[in-house]
Amino acid sequence: METFYDVLRRQGISRRSFLKFCSLTATSLGLGSYFAPQIAHALETKPRTPVLWLHGLECTCCSESFIRSAHPLAKDVVLSMLSLDYDDTLMASAGLQAQACLDEVIAKYKGNYILAVEGNPPLNEDGMYCITGGKPFVEELKRVAKDAKAVIAWGACASWGCVQAAKPNPTNAVPIDKVIFDKPIIKVPGCPPIAEVMTAVVTYMLTFDRLPELDRQGRPKMFYGQRIHDKCYRRPHFDAGQFVESWDDEGARKGHCLYKMGCKGPTTYNACSTTRWNEGVSFPIGSGHGCIGCSEDGFWDKGSFYDRVTGIKQFGIEANADKVGGTLAAVTAAGVAVHAGITALKRAKLDHGKGFGKDGSGE
Amino acid sequence: MLLHNSVDTDPRNKDLKSIYIYEAPVRLWHWVMVIAVTVLIVTGLLISYPPPSVSGEASEHFLFGYIRFAHFASGYTLAVSWLLRIYWAFVGNDYARQLFLVPIFNKIWWQEFMYDVKSYAFMHVREIKYSGHNPMAQAAMAFMLVPVSFFMMITGFALYSEGAGKGTWSDMLFGWVIPLFGQSQNVHTWHHLGMWLMVTFFIVHLYMVLRQDVTTRESIVSTMVSGYRTFKD
Repeated sequence: METFYDVLRRQGISRRSFLKFCSLTATSLGLGSYFAPQIAHALETKPRTPVLWLHGLECTCCSESFIRSAHPLAKDVVLSMLSLDYDDTLMASAGLQAQACLDEVIAKYKGNYILAVEGNPPLNEDGMYCITGGKPFVEELKRVAKDAKAVIAWGACASWGCVQAAKPNPTNAVPIDKVIFDKPIIKVPGCPPIAEVMTAVVTYMLTFDRLPELDRQGRPKMFYGQRIHDKCYRRPHFDAGQFVESWDDEGARKGHCLYKMGCKGPTTYNACSTTRWNEGVSFPIGSGHGCIGCSEDGFWDKGSFYDRVTGIKQFGIEANADKVGGTLAAVTAAGVAVHAGITALKRAKLDHGKGFGKDGSGE
Repeated sequence: MLLHNSVDTDPRNKDLKSIYIYEAPVRLWHWVMVIAVTVLIVTGLLISYPPPSVSGEASEHFLFGYIRFAHFASGYTLAVSWLLRIYWAFVGNDYARQLFLVPIFNKIWWQEFMYDVKSYAFMHVREIKYSGHNPMAQAAMAFMLVPVSFFMMITGFALYSEGAGKGTWSDMLFGWVIPLFGQSQNVHTWHHLGMWLMVTFFIVHLYMVLRQDVTTRESIVSTMVSGYRTFKD
């Protein structure tokens, strides 16, 4: 297997430059000249970590996003940083040849490769809704995950379930953490995730040989630690109370806050407002449309993308909190009014007769 | 622990004219809560349905910021007042514990509870005199007001932690609530629904205290001001 040194040489870097780089690295890390040969030795001998990329029930939007990464370029990630040994949509080989690559890496790098999963396994009908290599995807997923060092869940599909798991979820598609229990899983949600976030997660894991710090839901904190809303360039309009009221109004032209148009920025954890998309060109809010919350769990089932107060499915009908709560309050108020009326009538009757309320002997 | 509170059943209370029920911290908590919850409901509705946009430059205004500030400040006030209230349940008089300790294993309490139910259903004309809460009111406080208040404070601080950021006290104490509900939007929805439960409680509470004050033989409304329950016969 190719080492980092081999790759550097292949890309035209001389041994002299390589050793200079090692010395410089040792010095800048404060390790002293003694460590320069050790760094060189590590880079010369340490094989690049193989990555196996499986595709389950998905739309390939994660892959489409990944190959558009600008920092680092997807080409650099795939060709020099990691050893992407299996990815059925990107690799040249197909069929039995491709399967052979997969089996070879699993056998040769047992416990040392990273599994990246795009899409998720459907469980109904024994997983027959998604077949890869002649077998249900769920079986292949479990087989490859068994000997992996860590698992990356690409996108909302692998992380939460996404559209194929939206109600009523006919194929019973489940996020991968419902079938893989014994491996660390890094969730990189989004539909798709931002290209730079994807490459950065891979780069981090390969460079430091450890998982990035994760939050409570298993997402890398460095990209999912804040909401879109917290870093949104339209935030000053939110604080000022300047909103887009309809799609073609003055506020929309001036770029006011899209909160009233149902923007899910305040409830969505992602890096869109800082990293943006397509080499930092724009992101949905930058283009005048609210965030739909694609990196959040079950975002398809949260009612309209254009509602601020969204629906509650539990109440049988598509009702929102105001309809349910308001009805409850109104019914209670009506009950109170009726009760008060009866109380008043009873008392009027009693006062007339036995004098209730004066000596308490009304009974 | 106060097992049951009817004044009628105790012969020693024959000539009783008044009892000191609500100590100053309890009364203070009550009225602080009235103000805080009112502000919370009004600002909460404004956060869900913001007022019409203001014109001019964003730098000239901070309207929505102030609305949210009022909501958060009232939330903090409510939480602190509840902490003091819980503390007072430990050190205050027996009535200060009624909100938290319901004698559901006490037979007399249940008899009085059933008597209350029948009274409110107009099946009895004469109602029992109580010093503290009547059993129905006590149940409403303990099983509605207390849980809903805490639900609102817990979900509220969880939502607050999202803006406050990772590692803040609200995130460390209440951040776990967000994944428990699935995601932030769900917490918003349930927090909103909880607001309507508070409104419902308020409607019933206001009606009951006014009704009791008018129809029964003891003081109700003025008791939360002076602390004394006075009896009319």
